[in-house]
Amino acid sequence: MAKVLVVTSGKGGVGKTTTTAALGAALAQRGDKVVVVDFDVGLRNLDLVMGAERRVVFDLINVVQGVAKLPQALIKDKRLENLWLLPASQTRDKDALTEEGVGKVIADLRSRFDWVICDSPAGIERGASMAMRFADEAVIVTNPEVSSVRDSDRIIGMLDSKTVRAEKGERVEKHILITRYDPSRAARGEMLTIDDILEILATPLLGIIPESQDVLRASNVGTPVTLSNADGAPARAYIDAARRLCGDTVPMQVPTERKGFMDRLLRRRAA
Amino acid sequence: MEAAVKTQRQMVRLRGRSYVAFVFVPTVPILDWLQEIDATIARSPGFFAGRPVVIDLSSVDLSQAGIGHLLTSLQDRNIRVLGIEGVEEARLTPTMPPLLSGGRSCVVEPNAPKKTETKAETKPTSLLLEAPVRSGQTVIFPEGDITILGSVGSGAEVVAGGSIHIYGALRGRAMAGVNGHTSARIYCQKIEAELLAIDGFYQTADDIDAALRGQPAQAFLQGNTMRITALN
Repeated sequence: MAKVLVVTSGKGGVGKTTTTAALGAALAQRGDKVVVVDFDVGLRNLDLVMGAERRVVFDLINVVQGVAKLPQALIKDKRLENLWLLPASQTRDKDALTEEGVGKVIADLRSRFDWVICDSPAGIERGASMAMRFADEAVIVTNPEVSSVRDSDRIIGMLDSKTVRAEKGERVEKHILITRYDPSRAARGEMLTIDDILEILATPLLGIIPESQDVLRASNVGTPVTLSNADGAPARAYIDAARRLCGDTVPMQVPTERKGFMDRLLRRRAA
Repeated sequence: MEAAVKTQRQMVRLRGRSYVAFVFVPTVPILDWLQEIDATIARSPGFFAGRPVVIDLSSVDLSQAGIGHLLTSLQDRNIRVLGIEGVEEARLTPTMPPLLSGGRSCVVEPNAPKKTETKAETKPTSLLLEAPVRSGQTVIFPEGDITILGSVGSGAEVVAGGSIHIYGALRGRAMAGVNGHTSARIYCQKIEAELLAIDGFYQTADDIDAALRGQPAQAFLQGNTMRITALN
């Protein structure tokens, strides 16, 4: 059964697009057939993070409006056999997304793939509501800060009321993914703790992605972080999260501060 | 086989019995009269439901089509006509209710309106929510108390005519006693509220004693001041 997964957050810049690409690649590596769909019409980014920006011909809006056929717009990933991208349009805006059109595209994608991962734009307007509208599951990307957590709470409220599933009286399965978690700042008490976040959002945790230069580097070279440095801490955390999405039981790793050699040498400062 | 299933012949018993029915006396113009009926139904829905109704046409002069139209208008209002009075039989079609005569007036016990009154009293005066109230959501229940099994998120709003009970953290806004109910209170397991209000008197997060933050607490009115105390 195909699953439609929306990656959403409310707040911008928390790592939705990075997460979409990383989870998409991790699921495709497991052998599932995956498509990542960019809903950020007008401000598309997913093609860059996936390294497919030079091969975009048709996009989601073309398909929604019936200008192009779905297979014409799908871009196959160069690294993974099972990974595909449906890019967003950069020249249009989110009003071009009609519920009927998006519903048709999602239904079509369902018949072709195991996972349809929708990268939601920030905000709670049309783009975001269309991205979540047909979702079966949701990954809510949250940073350990108050504003991000509050926006996530708002998005969870929308997932529980504005989706097709919610309107039918069913539920959208929701998961919290904490990104940009900085163990050293957490140790100093400068961020919300994991427990605080989970208590506020009252939703199960899918994974904790540590803050890392790997993520930025991967985005810049146009590779999902799970492919660029598969042994790095963020990649391992994303791969674990993908396994949990598939129903595997994987123990949760809370990133801890890694002390370097110099830190250990210069552990204590003389008074 | 047929002989075997032949049933014993039953005696037909005919008995007379009298019933109390409402008698409607339509007046011209019929449209105005129907509006009066509508007003009665609006005041007490179900007033005529399941009650036998007889229409007395002695004060109007309606054609056969006119009678038919009146009957369907009543049927549209869920009023079923048992019989018709005060008109020549020639004006009625066989599908219409039969002509009645010899009715006597009696006192009708007004138990139907009483019933609707008791219904209004048993209407629940509290609202139970079993899920957390998320940021951006508003819960309004002017009829009475709200009980929430879960937290109220930052940026969420709970508005009650009565008291508010939150078995979780209150991080958003809670407004109790909005209809001037000064004895309403707000209770929560963990107070981190953005705003508390009872009957229009309010305190913002800044006004709430820092020592209380994160504790179980209640808010109530004492004269014109709001007091927030720990719940122990």
